[in-house]
Amino acid sequence: MGKQHYQITVNGEARDVLAEPRELLIHTLREQLSITGPHIGCETSHCGACTVDIDGRSVKSCTVFIAQAAGREITTVEGLGTPDAMHPLQEAFREHHGLQCGYCTPGMITRAYRLLQENPSPTEEEVRFGIAGNLCRCTGYQNIVKAILAAAAEMNAAKEAAE
Amino acid sequence: MKDLPDSQERTVALKGLGTSRKRVEDARFTQGKGNYVDDIKLPGMLFGDFVRSPHAHARVKAIHTEAAMKVPGVLAVITARDLEPLGLHWMPTLAGDKQMVLADGKVLFQGQEVAFVVATDRYAAADGIEAVEVEYEDLPVVTDPFKALEPDAPVLREDLAGKTEGAHGPRRHHNHIFTWEQGDREATEQVIAEADVVAEEMIYYHRTHPCPLEPCGCVAQMDKVNGKLTIWGTFQAPHAIRTVVSLISGIEEHNIRIVSPDIGGGFGNKVGAYPGYICSAVASIVTGKPVKWVEDRMDNLMTTAFARDYWMKGRIAATKEGKITGLWCHVTADHGGFDACADPTKFPAGFFNICTGSYDIPTAFLSVDGVYTNKAPGGVAYRCSFRVTEAAYFIERMIEILAIELGMDAAELRRINFIKAEQFPYHSALGWEYDSGDYHTAWDKALAAVDYAGLRREQAERVDAFRRGETRKLLGIGLTHFTEIVGAGPVKNCDILGLGMFDSCEIRIHPTGSAIARLGTISQGQGHATTFAQILASEIGLPADSITVEEGDTDTAPYGLGTYGSRSTPVAGAATAMAGRKIRAKAQMIAAYLLEVHDDDLEWDVDRFAVKGDPERFKTMKEIAFAAYNQAIPGLEPGLEAVSYYDPPNMTYPFGAYVCVMEIDVDTGQTEIRQFYALDDCGTRINPMIIEGQVHGGLTEALAIAMGQEIAYDEMGNVKTGTLMDFFVPTAVETPHYTTDHTVTPSPHHPIGAKGVGESPNVGGVPAFSNAVHDAFRAFGLRQSHMPHDHWRVWKIASGLGLHG
Repeated sequence: MGKQHYQITVNGEARDVLAEPRELLIHTLREQLSITGPHIGCETSHCGACTVDIDGRSVKSCTVFIAQAAGREITTVEGLGTPDAMHPLQEAFREHHGLQCGYCTPGMITRAYRLLQENPSPTEEEVRFGIAGNLCRCTGYQNIVKAILAAAAEMNAAKEAAE
Repeated sequence: MKDLPDSQERTVALKGLGTSRKRVEDARFTQGKGNYVDDIKLPGMLFGDFVRSPHAHARVKAIHTEAAMKVPGVLAVITARDLEPLGLHWMPTLAGDKQMVLADGKVLFQGQEVAFVVATDRYAAADGIEAVEVEYEDLPVVTDPFKALEPDAPVLREDLAGKTEGAHGPRRHHNHIFTWEQGDREATEQVIAEADVVAEEMIYYHRTHPCPLEPCGCVAQMDKVNGKLTIWGTFQAPHAIRTVVSLISGIEEHNIRIVSPDIGGGFGNKVGAYPGYICSAVASIVTGKPVKWVEDRMDNLMTTAFARDYWMKGRIAATKEGKITGLWCHVTADHGGFDACADPTKFPAGFFNICTGSYDIPTAFLSVDGVYTNKAPGGVAYRCSFRVTEAAYFIERMIEILAIELGMDAAELRRINFIKAEQFPYHSALGWEYDSGDYHTAWDKALAAVDYAGLRREQAERVDAFRRGETRKLLGIGLTHFTEIVGAGPVKNCDILGLGMFDSCEIRIHPTGSAIARLGTISQGQGHATTFAQILASEIGLPADSITVEEGDTDTAPYGLGTYGSRSTPVAGAATAMAGRKIRAKAQMIAAYLLEVHDDDLEWDVDRFAVKGDPERFKTMKEIAFAAYNQAIPGLEPGLEAVSYYDPPNMTYPFGAYVCVMEIDVDTGQTEIRQFYALDDCGTRINPMIIEGQVHGGLTEALAIAMGQEIAYDEMGNVKTGTLMDFFVPTAVETPHYTTDHTVTPSPHHPIGAKGVGESPNVGGVPAFSNAVHDAFRAFGLRQSHMPHDHWRVWKIASGLGLHG
């Protein structure tokens, strides 16, 4: 299969990649662009470790061809915050012990980021349903849910203060 | 000196033992900066992947690789014939058996590795796999361990023909692996024959899989210039892997470096050695380039180490008042095509002989028969110490069934049989010495916390309402009191492949008063970098924030047996404390020199040595550290370092009391956890936040196992649950909210009294969930129904009891 050029925007940066159209976006990100935050846990869209944000929607990048991603804006966990200014979700996951092995964490945080855009003040049940596409084997979710609710409160308070 | 912080403030500043210190690991994980095996990218790196057998039992007639070699990017296709001259077509297992690396004439389970395709990238490797043609000839398949032991059962292991002696004693059938016996058979059979009451049942603990979110994988790099082989991999025991690689490859051990980078969960799955590791190393040696192999989820579930698959036949004898007098158990253990159990050598059924549980049972007998079948090899401890979760499930089911037999309340039956606090150290009938416990206190606290009497009243009212046709929901109260046995283990009786199961810690104090500690263990999410620094902070008086903890690189870490079986805290945690005490002993001599007093005139005070009776004359550890590097002290070497290899005198015995309250819809079989209360006693608590997180996670893995997760086979040996669509991993929606609690009964033999906790919630959780299902139907005559209790099986229970009208 021949390789082609594809233009994608990743974490605000325009990137040109040369790939076979069948290449999965998760492999483009991880192997061509060395963006290794999103992980591979199943390659069948079940576990959510590869979750990225594409044009404002949560997408499992293990089941998207690079050809389908062409021209789109992609955000990964690396694009949410910086070491000096972490995203409130990144802070909250640490504060509330919302991670252990860390493998699901980038996908989980990226999903939670979109969830809080869709629903800035979710209930616990809405959080649980909202992250049901992301599996975690370590935490039992209790502290993940706690972290997301805490981040939501933090973000809402910051928004209110800014208004 | 009033301007000094008092000792309590100085203790707080250390963030030592007992504090819920935030994890130092998290900053990189939350920002996507972890470094897992699949993140490793080396110049010129190739990618290898397997041609796998679609058959569960077949002869391999021919492997045609010509077409695959023509696929662009494919560089090599390796088969058993290529490995044979190197003696690597088979490899030893941890259980004293051997296992094919690549199919040698036949395959024994679906998914077995047949050929290894090496290519420039993973897509080319996948294309190459498609192009390899393998000719198979079907052989009769056996997936039932009882049928496997019938006289005319097909011979699975032709390589063992005529061998009547296995690694663990005599083999009595061509598919038989071992018989392991513990306890007093004759006395137990007599007690059972003479007992007032005997309950007998077959308890099946189904086959499941640890399924860490990160699958297994490695990158092997043979550097032909300096002759050094480096393997980065998902290894829960990196040093043991190094020794195994050296023994089977002939490469001297100093020329092998094994590195476990960040590991995305292990739960026992990453203890053993897999064909992918061997093939990657060989491929790197052959090509001179680094070779990566990372399995996908189907490979992981179908071929790397499974857990459980124990058929446990039990008899429990008691007086009519409910005092247990004897326990008998026979296990038929399905080990799959090769015996690749990860157990200490002398324990082919692990520590299953902890199956007398929390109870003072005077007489007991256990026998275990290991059997070959056409299923994947493994038999690892999935979030438990070796076979302890099977043992806990067995006894906690047998107790419930005995309660039915006696017409007694199951909580009361437990209470009258618990080992009493004053009986510790307690010698069990099956050979263990329990270190410490206070079961009655934990039990009473748990029952009070959930208002047990109130729950039983509500349950009785519910049954009445159900019978009157006013509700279609039943209430189950699942009780468990479990005793674990972890921290393997004393070198005198615990080894793996002859390697004693001690563990180690090496500490270097830097001149400016910070430190690095290296251990023989490896974290897979447990937060060792956080907690081991806490142990050390309390021992040496330097802040945990000034201590780096490093694990997983065999070139730098001291030798240890790795992380599984809740052994890190009991063994390496003890080594950490002991190495810290060596540091402190030398620090005391340095302080004595600096203060011009005798060593004995000093006392330790949180972070310093002070002159007895004159607390204003002191040297802090920070000052002492600098002095160690800039003072010429007569009789003392410069520097401040220590290493400890800790051989534990005994196992540790964490315990806990769990209560699960479950609502069950009789018509749909749907279950809902209304309440889950978990009291754990893991001795001294190092970091309560991390303990709570471990309990949440372990309970959720228990929920999965009890309520739906299994590796199921059809009669042809096809794996029916090879993807996350079929293999149940709970989401946040199915997972309930947990309430955690604790008591503290320190281990008397551990330097800081800690016992380990990571696996307790899985060991205790499975029987708690399962007992809740059974308990809901007790009033309608249910005795035993095998896990997993998915909706369909729960519906079938209700249907079988005639509850659907």
